[in-house]
Amino acid sequence: MSKNILVISEIRDGQFRNVTFEAIAAAKEISAGGEVTGVVLGESVTETANTLFHYGVDRVLKVESEKLAQYTPEGYTQALQAVVEKEDPDGIILGHTSIGRDVAPKLAARIGFGLVSDAISLEITGEEVIFTRPIYSGKAFEKMVVKDGLIFATIRPNNIAALEKNDTLTGKVESVDVDIKDLQTIIKEVVKNTASGVDLSEASVIVAGGRGMKGAENFKILDELAEVLGGAVGASRGACDAEYCDYALQIGQTGKVVTPDLYIAVGISGAIQHVAGMSNSKVIVAINKDPEAEIFQIADYGIVGDLFDVVPKLTEEFKKVLV
Amino acid sequence: MNIYVIMKRTFDTEEKISIENGEIVEDGAEFIINPYDEYAIEEAIQLREEHGGEVTLVTVGDEEGEKELRTGLAMGADKAVLIEDEDVEDGDAYSTQAILAAYFKDKEIDIILGGNVAVDGGSGQVGPRLAEQLGINHVTSIVKLEVANGKATVEKDVEGDQEIIEISLPVLVTAQQGLNEPRYPSLPGIMKAKKKPLDTLDLDDLDLDEDDVEGKTKTVDRYLPPVKKAGKILEGDLDDQVKELVSLLKTEAKVI
Repeated sequence: MSKNILVISEIRDGQFRNVTFEAIAAAKEISAGGEVTGVVLGESVTETANTLFHYGVDRVLKVESEKLAQYTPEGYTQALQAVVEKEDPDGIILGHTSIGRDVAPKLAARIGFGLVSDAISLEITGEEVIFTRPIYSGKAFEKMVVKDGLIFATIRPNNIAALEKNDTLTGKVESVDVDIKDLQTIIKEVVKNTASGVDLSEASVIVAGGRGMKGAENFKILDELAEVLGGAVGASRGACDAEYCDYALQIGQTGKVVTPDLYIAVGISGAIQHVAGMSNSKVIVAINKDPEAEIFQIADYGIVGDLFDVVPKLTEEFKKVLV
Repeated sequence: MNIYVIMKRTFDTEEKISIENGEIVEDGAEFIINPYDEYAIEEAIQLREEHGGEVTLVTVGDEEGEKELRTGLAMGADKAVLIEDEDVEDGDAYSTQAILAAYFKDKEIDIILGGNVAVDGGSGQVGPRLAEQLGINHVTSIVKLEVANGKATVEKDVEGDQEIIEISLPVLVTAQQGLNEPRYPSLPGIMKAKKKPLDTLDLDDLDLDEDDVEGKTKTVDRYLPPVKKAGKILEGDLDDQVKELVSLLKTEAKVI
């Protein structure tokens, strides 16, 4: 039976995040020929909203308000509740991002439904949609279903492939009027972290450093390697605890869980708690001077050597090949 | 201040996971306070040290949770509540939300702190869900907290960026790594913790039926990731290894 699915989109720096297109692909699969509707929230979104058609939505709904200029749980939940009540969808899909993690459970509680968080894949068996999600930060997986009708899930970035962009697809962006009450959450300031332009959760390449980096100043060789590959820099708990870098970069069971196409572990021993955060990366490269390091157990390719020799050479070689 | 911490007993992050018949094997595993909840407990104690009042720890789970509650009391919390949920069918984040909401409904709350996510289930739903049902605001993933004149000023981690948010109490916040450095329980703290009040409640005590809190999602299977085949350790002169690696990534792995 076909289903009507809402996809709650997310705009960052004026553009949709990739995970929004991935959510559309997931919604298309679940809809089985039903209608997939993109929902866009913000202050003024019409021009941006059109892009959703290129990735396969059938309709686009926008809610515009100056109170939606920045994300707040209260503002977004009011807008989304109004859209859900108007549309009465069979499912809601959005990205498991900072915003998705924050608003989806609040919305689920508001409308009284279950929610599957952080799904990495889905399969359809008869009428049932079965989501797969990591537990214990990826040390294991569970298959989960909703019991009460509404198929409500957040999906992890970089796991479900988006549909190919088709610029010829267009449609009309419909507007939903919502009277949003005054917000009690006041965002006084946003401090942008300019150190890395690429977000770890969506990066397709991650170069991560461990204790073997020996100092904060040495992370610049990782920055250079990441830059050549258009990737982001991460770190192990050891490196963060040693104050080589900010905790925002930590990858592991405490810290971020990432699944890039390519993960280059530099001077990282491979403690269980770090491995939990990155072992589901598609391809893992390990560089470590200790041939017995645990990280080599899960690496696809390994170089045993001094990272201070290997990394600069690797950066140079990538430069040659990638021009 | 009336300060509450919602916390969970979890597997130690150094533990390997094994599964039998679709269930996680818990025998012999080490358990800890969920690491993110530890930041919440530390922050709660610091708030009390600055503003006075009382820190109450609340956990939902089985009786084993008493050990982790005692650890939190030894860190410096004042009292603890264990709510047993053993008979709940398909217990999920909704179940925990409903149970905690029933507990909190007649409480005077200034602030509730919890972890950003639990390192086992990892859904991160309970905090925002609970705040919604209690009709209070929430801020997730905080790395700094200051309370003054009935308001909280928090720094929220937004995928590396920081938002500075001002919000009125009561509020529910969830702790991100970097919020603080949790203290270790001191020996006198451990001795005192044994005498601190620890109440055990069940669903009846909260006027809840099992049906009221039955999960809205269901786990139909659990499994371990496939074992990765051994990778390739490159050999030879370092320059050649580097060339070979880049070539393999391009032609064999096709990731660049």
